[in-house]
Amino acid sequence: MASTIVTFELGDREVEVMVRPLTTLQAVLRGQLGATATKEGCRQGGCGSCTVLVDGAPVLSCLLPVEDVAGRRVTTLETVTPSEGLHPIQQAFLDANAYQCGYCTPGMVMLAKALLDHDPDPGEETIAQALTGNVCRCTGYRPIIEAVGTAADALRDGDAGQPR
Amino acid sequence: MSAPLNVVGRSVDRSDGIGHVTGRTLYTGDRTFPGMLHLRMVRSPVHHARLRGIDLSAAERVPGFVRALTAGDVPHNRYTILSLIGVEPEEEFVLAEDRVRFKGEAIAAVLAETEEAALEAVSKVRLDLEELPAVFDVEEALRPGAPVVTHWGSNTFMYEGHPCRRVRLGDVEAGFAQADHIVEGVYNTSPIEQAPIETTGCIAVPEANGRYTVYTNTQALYFSLDNTAIILQVPGNRLHFVGGTVGGGFGGKVDVIVEPIATLAAMRTNRPVRYVYSRSEEMQVSSTRSAWRIYFKDGVMNDGRIIARKVTSYADSGAYSRQTPYSLTKHAANVGGPYAIPNVSIDAYCVYTNRQPSSAMRGFGVTMGSFALEVQMDKIAEVVGLDPWTIRFLNAYRNGDLKPHRKPAEDATLIETMQAAAALVGHELPAELLAMTSAPRTDREGGR
Repeated sequence: MASTIVTFELGDREVEVMVRPLTTLQAVLRGQLGATATKEGCRQGGCGSCTVLVDGAPVLSCLLPVEDVAGRRVTTLETVTPSEGLHPIQQAFLDANAYQCGYCTPGMVMLAKALLDHDPDPGEETIAQALTGNVCRCTGYRPIIEAVGTAADALRDGDAGQPR
Repeated sequence: MSAPLNVVGRSVDRSDGIGHVTGRTLYTGDRTFPGMLHLRMVRSPVHHARLRGIDLSAAERVPGFVRALTAGDVPHNRYTILSLIGVEPEEEFVLAEDRVRFKGEAIAAVLAETEEAALEAVSKVRLDLEELPAVFDVEEALRPGAPVVTHWGSNTFMYEGHPCRRVRLGDVEAGFAQADHIVEGVYNTSPIEQAPIETTGCIAVPEANGRYTVYTNTQALYFSLDNTAIILQVPGNRLHFVGGTVGGGFGGKVDVIVEPIATLAAMRTNRPVRYVYSRSEEMQVSSTRSAWRIYFKDGVMNDGRIIARKVTSYADSGAYSRQTPYSLTKHAANVGGPYAIPNVSIDAYCVYTNRQPSSAMRGFGVTMGSFALEVQMDKIAEVVGLDPWTIRFLNAYRNGDLKPHRKPAEDATLIETMQAAAALVGHELPAELLAMTSAPRTDREGGR
């Protein structure tokens, strides 16, 4: 099967990759673009550690053929991280110790971003509901849910984009 | 020179916190090296079989195939992880020789330029297997005529010549004869996969100076290094293991499984080799927590005192023992519980079956024993008509009480811990329980 060229936006830059058919967005990010913040827990859509945003919506990059993001905007944890300091969601995760081994954290942060971009004031129930597809085996979900709530407060208070 | 010791009592930022929230933490599988090969494993499709042949010819024709490794390529193919602490015999095969003992057992390692090529080559390896009867239950494995799992002919691990780890205190049969009630229980638990989100894996990199750097997510760095040195028959100083960043382990990453074969592959090809489990390998091949069956028989007096306890435990080690012999020893030392019982007999068996090997998982040996023990304590409370708190206070260790393994309790805190726990959950304890302490028993209370 012949390879094809796929062009998409990664954060604010345009990238062009050559892929064999059905190569996943996860494989391209990690293998070709060195963007390893997107994790690889199961490669079968079961753990959420590979969550990225495509045009603002959370997707499991391990299940998505990269051809499907042609011409669209992909947001990964690398593109969310400011050049200095942390995004308020990252700061909230750090402050709440909302991680232990850290492997699920990138997916959790990306999912939180998708949620808060869409719903700036979610209740605990909504946050918990939003996170159901992302598995954490260490910390438990309470500090993660708390961190997302704290991040929502910080973003509403106008801290968005402010390096902290 | 030394900084003041001022950390205790303060909240200190984790050194890896920024890396975790930004995704900059480099886990094993995030690394890549020029010329890196990919290792995928040919595995047994059946639970138990004679291995009569491995045909690699079709696999070798897959574009990108580099080479395969089979048992004959491994310098010291039969090993046991705990040989480092004197456990024997060597019983597990890095790559299967003439027999496979569980579904998923490693048979041949395939190295290829890409992961896809390695997977394709693996799918084209033809195995000549003669399937054998398999056993999956600990007690069935101990019956005469059961399929024999180990290469030396016994389905139990031997503890100093005995088929089980034994603990004896007093005369348990005399205790049963005196008891007002006999309370029996059997407790079964299933295997549990630790299921870390990051799967087990490593990358072995040959260095120009003849050494090998092995990036690994093992939970047991020096165990892995030493076992790799034994298996490859090289001095330990030729191996440099880099670890510490582990994407979840819970005991699932203490076995030495991926590093020896990846390092051997790096030696034989002089190229970096990546060997990272797929999710299905993590779930279906890597060690689980053991399945357990635990029998309790307790002799209990009308006043709630337990005067005799007999426990027979079976841990399903699966096809190889890994850390399970150690798990059973911990189990035997703890399953009597934090209770003062004058007559105790414990037999704890590490049993081989054709299930995937089991090994460490959080509190292994003790956790499942505690489950059985504490359900049994509730059962006893019901039989003698006491509440679950009282039965535990009555029987709790106090300083000076003899534990089943004949060591006196010196730092007993169960009574105080239960008093604190009751306060925290808002449970009002009767005055006589609140008045109790772990101080040594007086003669009046004696008889323990």
